[in-house]
Amino acid sequence: MVYDALIGPFTEFEFMRRALAAVIALSLAGAPIGVFLMLRRMSLVGDAMAHAILPGAAVGFLLSGLNLFAMTAGGLIAGFAVAILAGLVARSTGLKEDASLATFYLASLALGVTIVSINGTNIDLLHVLFGNILAMDDQTLLVVAFNATVTLLVLAVIYRPLVIESVDPLFLRTVSRAGGPAHLAFLALVVINLVNGFQALGTLLAVGLMILPAGIARFWSRDLTVMICIAVVAAALSGYAGLVLSFQTRVPSGPAIILVATVLYIVSVLFGRVGGLVRQMFPGRHLEA
Amino acid sequence: MAAALHFHNVTLGYDRHPAVHHLNGEVAAGALVAVIGPNGAGKSTLLRGIVGIVRPLDGSIHLGGLDSRDIAYLPQSAEIDRSFPISVFDFVGTGLWRDAGLFGGIGKAAREKILRAIASVGLNGFENRPIGTLSGGQMQRILFARVLLQNARLIVLDEPFNAIDSKTTADLLALVKHWHGEGRTVLAALHDMEMVRNHFTETLVLARGPVAWGPTAEVLTPENLMVAMRMCEAFDDSAAACAADDIGSRAA
Repeated sequence: MVYDALIGPFTEFEFMRRALAAVIALSLAGAPIGVFLMLRRMSLVGDAMAHAILPGAAVGFLLSGLNLFAMTAGGLIAGFAVAILAGLVARSTGLKEDASLATFYLASLALGVTIVSINGTNIDLLHVLFGNILAMDDQTLLVVAFNATVTLLVLAVIYRPLVIESVDPLFLRTVSRAGGPAHLAFLALVVINLVNGFQALGTLLAVGLMILPAGIARFWSRDLTVMICIAVVAAALSGYAGLVLSFQTRVPSGPAIILVATVLYIVSVLFGRVGGLVRQMFPGRHLEA
Repeated sequence: MAAALHFHNVTLGYDRHPAVHHLNGEVAAGALVAVIGPNGAGKSTLLRGIVGIVRPLDGSIHLGGLDSRDIAYLPQSAEIDRSFPISVFDFVGTGLWRDAGLFGGIGKAAREKILRAIASVGLNGFENRPIGTLSGGQMQRILFARVLLQNARLIVLDEPFNAIDSKTTADLLALVKHWHGEGRTVLAALHDMEMVRNHFTETLVLARGPVAWGPTAEVLTPENLMVAMRMCEAFDDSAAACAADDIGSRAA
């Protein structure tokens, strides 16, 4: 019974196995990015970027229909353009990154809507908006896995400057010029993972599998490495449980995954070791040192 | 002795507004220089100009043969995001950037160096503590530990003794004097006039421009301090372009 409910869907159906593989790949790459987004106070930047890639994906959809590569390329081009332009303007003018990003993502959104309107086609963008991880084919899965691999490799390269720039940016600027390139590379990784995520969760929820696990991890550890590990596990667990929930109840897969992550987040807010509400209300006797 | 720093008519500031105006002069290698002045006088901007964070609006700063690897900078602790989950060990270890770079490992010898640096500022046993749990004085101590690791010939300290107790101040001041004794050049932005008078051989009084610069005993006079105190913080978007280039240097 329990086996049928929790394991059965994955042994029985190939599309569920593909979905599980995809969600694990998304978790491995997206969750560490989410941790850095949160620690760099850029959580909403991720959300804005998700809006920024929407028109690119829509244009790809317009030109080539429901073609993965066209939509991914469109999303990547729009996302990269917005991320890099916003990053460059912020760094060269002193404008805050969020203000710079807000301008560019709105421009990107307006441009996308204009292009769609001029074409005058009645397009079903539900797939782009909300994704469908259960409809993922082998080719899509390979792209998701490839993007996740690239993300982890690039993150390994920029990890050190990214950490130092987050905690003490002035110091990094005195010892290295790696801060600027690392920041731009990080923004590029955000875009790659959002595009990666919208195959499964859609543009609107893609950021959820990055930010929610990071928020969860924040309540369980004060150590960056441990936080990243917890975030990856939380994301993968949400993905697995969300797929099972979706399979068993017909809740759409993307929202099911994010809803499970939300439940984990609420549990963490309540019971987390680091700043959880219950811990604050019942801290126990104070320590000697 | 050869100069470690030359200032040639340097103007530093932000968005065309000068914070330090037309500074000329030089700092000898091995000097121990206090930079004093009221809030907004341009002390931090000058130090940031020296370490390359702020580019001069005009003029130039020459490092006398030093490259960026020879400079250690201690920023004001307010510039550091202490909520970031990083341990004391890892934070101090960033002082080894020039050896380790992007990919270099932290081997046994490097770990020993980091532990020695932490111990030498009196924070034995704090290695695994997140920096967010440290007091202001402890945070200042680990900033000094990082400077120690950098092993630089020019050390630039931005208000290193702000808001810390007298014991910590005495310990860290002893480190500064030790660096001076080793022949390193030290510049420090300071507010404590007694400390400057008693421990720093040379002083630059700033008030958006140089008021006086020389041996502390000659420079730290009530008159100079009064001039500096009268400095008005001006930030006028409609200000005319500076014509002081025609007047030449105002340096001591």
